[in-house]
Amino acid sequence: MSKKVAIVGIGYSGFRTTSTDVSYREMIYEAATKCYEDAGGIHPQSIDSFVASSEDFMEGISIADEYVPDQLGAVLKPVQSIAGDSLQGLASALMQIKTGQFDVVAASAFSKISNLSSYENVLSYATDPAYIRPFQENPYFIAGLEMNRYLYETGTSREQCAKVVIKNRYNALKNPTAIYGAKVDMDDILNAPPLCEPLGEFDKSGHLDGAIVLLLASEDKARELTDHPIWITGLGWATDTPNLDSRTDTLGSARYAELAAQKAYSMAGINTPYNEIDFAEIDDTFSYKELQHIEALKLCGPGEAGELLDLGSFAPAGDLPVNVSGGSLGVGYLHEANGLHRVLETVLQLRGEAGPRQLPGVETGLAFAWRGVPTTTGTAIILSNKS
Amino acid sequence: MRKVAMVGAGMTKFVRRALETPKELSYEAAKTTLDSCGLSLDDVDCVAHGTAPDAFDGIHQNGEYMACGSGGWNKPTMRVFVGGATGVHAIAHGWYHVASGLFDTCLVVCEEKMSSAMPHAQGFFLTIFDSITERPLQPNLLWIFALEMNRYMERYGYTKEDMALAAVNNKRNGLKHPASQFTDEVTVDDVVNSEMMAYPVSRLDVSPVSDGAAAVLLAAEPVARRLTDKPVWIEGVGWTLDTAYWATRDLSYPRYLDKAARMAYDMAGIREPHKQIDIAEPYDPFDYKALHHLEGLQLSPRGKTVELLRDGHFAMDGNMPMCPSGGLLGVGNPIAAAGTMKACELFWQLRGEAGERQVPGNPRLGVAQAWGDLMQVSSVVVAGI
Repeated sequence: MSKKVAIVGIGYSGFRTTSTDVSYREMIYEAATKCYEDAGGIHPQSIDSFVASSEDFMEGISIADEYVPDQLGAVLKPVQSIAGDSLQGLASALMQIKTGQFDVVAASAFSKISNLSSYENVLSYATDPAYIRPFQENPYFIAGLEMNRYLYETGTSREQCAKVVIKNRYNALKNPTAIYGAKVDMDDILNAPPLCEPLGEFDKSGHLDGAIVLLLASEDKARELTDHPIWITGLGWATDTPNLDSRTDTLGSARYAELAAQKAYSMAGINTPYNEIDFAEIDDTFSYKELQHIEALKLCGPGEAGELLDLGSFAPAGDLPVNVSGGSLGVGYLHEANGLHRVLETVLQLRGEAGPRQLPGVETGLAFAWRGVPTTTGTAIILSNKS
Repeated sequence: MRKVAMVGAGMTKFVRRALETPKELSYEAAKTTLDSCGLSLDDVDCVAHGTAPDAFDGIHQNGEYMACGSGGWNKPTMRVFVGGATGVHAIAHGWYHVASGLFDTCLVVCEEKMSSAMPHAQGFFLTIFDSITERPLQPNLLWIFALEMNRYMERYGYTKEDMALAAVNNKRNGLKHPASQFTDEVTVDDVVNSEMMAYPVSRLDVSPVSDGAAAVLLAAEPVARRLTDKPVWIEGVGWTLDTAYWATRDLSYPRYLDKAARMAYDMAGIREPHKQIDIAEPYDPFDYKALHHLEGLQLSPRGKTVELLRDGHFAMDGNMPMCPSGGLLGVGNPIAAAGTMKACELFWQLRGEAGERQVPGNPRLGVAQAWGDLMQVSSVVVAGI
């Protein structure tokens, strides 16, 4: 891969459970302005292309792509939307630069979930219209099935999943953008009302409003725009099947994460991820997902994540800190902006700008995002501050 | 930069009401495409797919639902969405997958199933407008396109009969397309006298509601040369989005297309598109749009397009055949699939495989274009042999 690409600007706004005072477009405007300022005060006219990530039903607009350009300063510029997780949007931006036709590309995403009165109803429309939707089940039942299967296949305990919640929400106390930071007791988690056994109320991350804009640039441009470029050394994404009935052998594992990571590692030249990655921001939409994803990403052997968690390996002071930011369980779940949130936290750590939660001497970070039930799409990215 | 070529193409029939599910339609297009170049799914590195509003299919995260139908099972699969421009944009989307060096082959699949919408797919366009400033007026697409058509006609003194010529031309071409959902030729009188929808738009000025899917296989240069003697190269791609405040724009000229076309021509090294391009597939959901877009594509001087059309410049045997496929007016308009169908047409025409609708004179360079959102986005692909 000849052409190197770096993240040269970050901007975010919101990170609140509700935001009645601003529209999503105002929120993006704020994030974009901060991002451009962060990238040496670049004028949007000098940005070659823009990628947004959104899903129509979440925004209540049949073609959400229409409302992308104005608040990004992207009118009459190449602008496109990826209907997927924003880390896929970032992948699109990366590919555009790697073609050599673009030097600077912006990736943006937002969540204005507080506008939505019935998220789970929207989510049920993502299930198969013929085979699943007629059951009229809350779509979280799929997470319950997955969790049950994961625990059964790996011998991981219910308590170990609860410890993910305790760790991440505790980590979040040091993150000023985190809403759900708290000291939670094991008993609280185990005794909480079930969403779908064994998944309980505390095992699910809470909603969050927010907007994130990142700026990517080719090597020459990156050095021109910033003193601390964060290089994208590897990236991969993959989709398993959305058909529940076809997932008999992958219900308990996250094959999409395995495939995405394979691609990202091979691009980054990483052979032993556990040794070569200093810290990770990994999707924890549900508690069990963090452990399942750690295993699929080959950061430990199959079925070992729970045990390593017990030993403190994933704590901020452990061998492989995972979700030092607090993750989705601690900061909140940003829906389509989730992937960019993982990247944002990784960049802050690699720049040494993570404040009280800063990890010492980190050079290589992994971020991984999943799209939530009922999907089976994941994207992995490797970032480094070494040129 | 890595060269990328189309090496296979395929599509379903465009029909008013398909019995197949969106997944099955995608499967058929993807399978036909792979068969056309003798490949199997194992040879495909990634899938780049597209479909326009989720509301048509009634499926949230429609890209995830369609992934396995498009061949995206256990592969990198990514859905792009720029409204009506998705079909041609998906080719650009697939192009950067391969041109970036990340992948050697990319299957591009676009699908649309509009018939699931009851009573009519137009209903979903009520929710594309700004929820505060526009939606309370309950505008629909026909209304705003009527404004644009009226403005275009007013600017250059065109009549409804002039606009109808484009519909007649495209619908005639479409009769020869095996995937077309039409069987009858229409005349200018038929168009002008068809039911008035929103002045000046009459029923036959508009393309139909359709179901269908179309796909192409893209490959990097060495792979493409191994697979076929006649790769159709992606010479240039371009796309541009204008402001969402469409009411602030002069609707008589598509400046978003002007920019997108120039971006694609620059990449392709084309200086005089009106002389260098052999065939054009401008996006034609409405007859006036075909002409409007020819101007934006720099293939016809502003305000002279009807004159050239009357002189036969854009006929099948003219200097620049317009929509040899038949376009959306002649084949059908399953939104995203219709754009990809135009790219398929370039593939077949440039390889001399378009059968009875083959443009004479061995065309070597073609352009396909699509348009969408609030009359604000265009994507352009230039392909050559």
